[in-house]
Amino acid sequence: MSSSLSHCVIKLHEEHHDLEDYQGGVPRWCNGCGDNAILAAMQRLCSEEELAPENTVFVSGIGCSSRLPHYMKTYGFHGLHGRAFPVAEGIKIARPDLNVFVSTGDGDCCSIGAAHWIHALRYNINLTVVLHDNHVYGLTKKQASPTSPRGLKSNTTPYGALLEPMNPLTVSLGVQGASFVAQAVDWIPEVLYDIMRAAFHHRGFSFVRVLQRCPEFMPKAFDPWLHDPQRTMLLTHADGLQLSPSLASAYRNQREHDPINIDKAREIASLDDPIPVGILYRNPDAPCYEDLRHAGQLRSPEYIRAGLNRELDKFTVWPEDDVLATRAA
Amino acid sequence: MNDTLTLDRPVAKTRAARTAIPEAIIEVISDSGEGAQRCGQSLGAIAARMGNGIWTTEIIPAEIQPPARSVAGASGIRIRIGSERVTNGGDQTELVVAFNEQVLIGRVSAGELKPGATILLESMWASHRDPAIVASYRETVAGLRRDGFDVHEVPLEERCKELVADPRKGKNMFVLGILCHLYGLDPTLAREQIARIFGKKDAKVIASNVALYDAGAAWGDANLGFSYRIPAQRSSQAQIVVNGNTAIALGVIASGMDICAMYPITPATSASHYLSEVFEKVGGLVHQAEDEIAACAFAVGASYAGKCAVTITSGPGFSLKQEVIGLAVMAEIPLVVVNVQRGGPSTGQPTKVEQGDALAAIFGSHGDAPKVVMAPCSIEDCFYSVITARKIAETFGMVVVVLSDASLSTAQQPFPRPSFNAEWLAPPVDQTPVPPGTKPYDWDPVTGLSRRFQPGRAGGMHTLTGLAHDRASKVAYDPAINEEGLRARSLKLAALQKTLKAPPVFGEEGGEGGDMLLIGWGSTMGAIEEAVTRLRGEGLRVASMHLRFLQPMPSGIREILARFKHAMTIEGNWSDKLEDELIDEDNRRYSALAMMLRSRFLVDIDCWSEARGQPIKPSDICRVVRAALQKKGTAS
Repeated sequence: MSSSLSHCVIKLHEEHHDLEDYQGGVPRWCNGCGDNAILAAMQRLCSEEELAPENTVFVSGIGCSSRLPHYMKTYGFHGLHGRAFPVAEGIKIARPDLNVFVSTGDGDCCSIGAAHWIHALRYNINLTVVLHDNHVYGLTKKQASPTSPRGLKSNTTPYGALLEPMNPLTVSLGVQGASFVAQAVDWIPEVLYDIMRAAFHHRGFSFVRVLQRCPEFMPKAFDPWLHDPQRTMLLTHADGLQLSPSLASAYRNQREHDPINIDKAREIASLDDPIPVGILYRNPDAPCYEDLRHAGQLRSPEYIRAGLNRELDKFTVWPEDDVLATRAA
Repeated sequence: MNDTLTLDRPVAKTRAARTAIPEAIIEVISDSGEGAQRCGQSLGAIAARMGNGIWTTEIIPAEIQPPARSVAGASGIRIRIGSERVTNGGDQTELVVAFNEQVLIGRVSAGELKPGATILLESMWASHRDPAIVASYRETVAGLRRDGFDVHEVPLEERCKELVADPRKGKNMFVLGILCHLYGLDPTLAREQIARIFGKKDAKVIASNVALYDAGAAWGDANLGFSYRIPAQRSSQAQIVVNGNTAIALGVIASGMDICAMYPITPATSASHYLSEVFEKVGGLVHQAEDEIAACAFAVGASYAGKCAVTITSGPGFSLKQEVIGLAVMAEIPLVVVNVQRGGPSTGQPTKVEQGDALAAIFGSHGDAPKVVMAPCSIEDCFYSVITARKIAETFGMVVVVLSDASLSTAQQPFPRPSFNAEWLAPPVDQTPVPPGTKPYDWDPVTGLSRRFQPGRAGGMHTLTGLAHDRASKVAYDPAINEEGLRARSLKLAALQKTLKAPPVFGEEGGEGGDMLLIGWGSTMGAIEEAVTRLRGEGLRVASMHLRFLQPMPSGIREILARFKHAMTIEGNWSDKLEDELIDEDNRRYSALAMMLRSRFLVDIDCWSEARGQPIKPSDICRVVRAALQKKGTAS
């Protein structure tokens, strides 16, 4: 875009943004809600990456998670329950120049939007996705979600949830074409941010599941993990997460894991205790749908005219066609 | 055998004996996969190139490989060729070529054949090794002859076997030869057409199909004691010969839209097939989404980002898209939805025509969701409707539904070659900064219009939402604000309505009015107008009006209605019949357009409709109108 160095310098100056530049409305989540941690990480990411707010779009579905775009001072698209992925795909394919993020929840992504989620992984469009997974429907006031633990008493499962919870990590890693799968927890903000940053820098569909507390409807769900750092396994690697000394001393359960190893990634994804935190899988070479489809081409009217006329030629009966002379009649 | 094959011989030697006829209705019927449609399309294309008017109507079974030799498996095509412009499939078939007797039976019992029609029937079944088939064949031929049909047994298989290894794949070109001979179509144009069809394959394939064609023409010449010519007048303008779905796809290209998101569904898919083949060559993109909902949401995302998109579907897909359509209405995102209607409800009749979705298009999605509904009424109109739809969608920030149907989707009719106009295209995505102080929904108090803030525009950051919102796009729970948004979105329809012209009245001379006004929409225009012409020829004071916009309806309709004693809609959908014991004026369900017109104009507009899955015939309209006028005591 920038044609000269001086222009770049000026643009850099103009395009500097502070944290406040990304802070939209005052969040109306409950006190202690894990969504706040995700919002903070997102705002910090936008600020540190100097993303122009006008070139950044946060897309969401419906649910507590999906209110996030309202609290960002970028463009936002708070659409329909379960449909954030296809909307975001349309935006990115139409405008590959935009930074497109998706905020979704365990109901939005894993239940009503599950088909879109599977196919979004397949398309591998360059989107940064956060699954806010609190194991419960919050906005509709406590119903079981696909990730609710068995036995959860909710308004729709008063005698306890009967089904095994879905594991969004194993599901994601089971899809051919998945290129980035990670897990974070809202109560370790430093790691959450590092993972979000890695997700943003991955070119492709970056899927980050964030285990997130719901103090209103699932107040003690994550207590065992909060109280015992040993039950959180941090995945480290030169190509993955690198821990600060203080974090490394607090969370001693660490495992070296190369994110290119899909088999190990699937094995780790299956663990539910300790819970793995880090980048499970990253394949920078997976082809992106927008590249395969040559999306975002610039087209002039002349180009379209020529193309249309080429097509019309195929179907045209010309009046001067002299084949008429041979007509039998 | 007297049909010696001399391939080099010019076939049209019997020109002196040809009977001149103003038009012909021909059908080719076969099992699925035997190429009857390709044969008929080629026949139509050759006639069109000679300057004849044509209309082709495809007969498509619901299954890909229905059982061979079955009534339900009939796959074929009707070709109506005329001296003048042809606007519909006409009444009954005068000559049919059938590849077996079973596929013929369905057409006979459906009353699609004219009494005494000529039947050219594949004779191989007479000597089939299965005695049951032989018996069925013999019985059918005898029955048809008893019923007065002129049956000619044709050794298609036998003759084709002499030329190609698999006669099943070659019969259609042999039949093309017979038909071109019978109707005096130019063999040079026919050979060119064959070369065009098989153009992607090697010269050998073309040569073998030309040989089949020549053999068919020679056989017809030697064995059939009749032949015709349909005088043609070549247009002074270049003409395009395509079907409705291809016209829609060409319209998508011409409209400047960048993205088509779709999910496979009959009968809409062929539009996307063609687009998939060519759209990328002009910088566009067809996205086959994981489902209908995703296709619509993808299009909405692209449109929101500044590139107005289209989604193309049919009935069940249209139902699935309704939630996303509601979002586009609420958030004022431009969107073009093409619905190629088929029989409904539910899976209904996937390959058959019906005009059953008008009310779903107008009222679809929960809450008050005003959208524009257009209905193309010819193949040409399919092309231009998409261009208009894109323009309206972007100008008004609205959803525009284009209601085509299964009949238009496969029908071919020549129309003047469009001359590209740069004004058809969307302007480039606006990336200018938003003036300070402006809001994303700055609804104009008179028109309800607001300007769009596409991503990339500095200073325009806001969160679009499907929730009720105020001018700043902030979620609003205030009752007054909710009504402000509803009002603005509704006013946009009125603003568009003010720009629409009154529909022309066909048949009426100098505003004289008359006894009966027929009103239609969509694919039935040609049949209705042909009926009006015939009825006026009988001295009846009948005229017709065809609506291209179902929502909003243009002004001027009230005045037109006032000039006629009676009005009746003619529609291809369901309406209750007063002959049914329980049906009376307190419970009768009217056809879609009749219902809309009655409620708006408070005029007692009658309706006649049928939902047989077949295009409406001019003769049926004539019969209905004559009876209605007689009953009302106004017939002369």
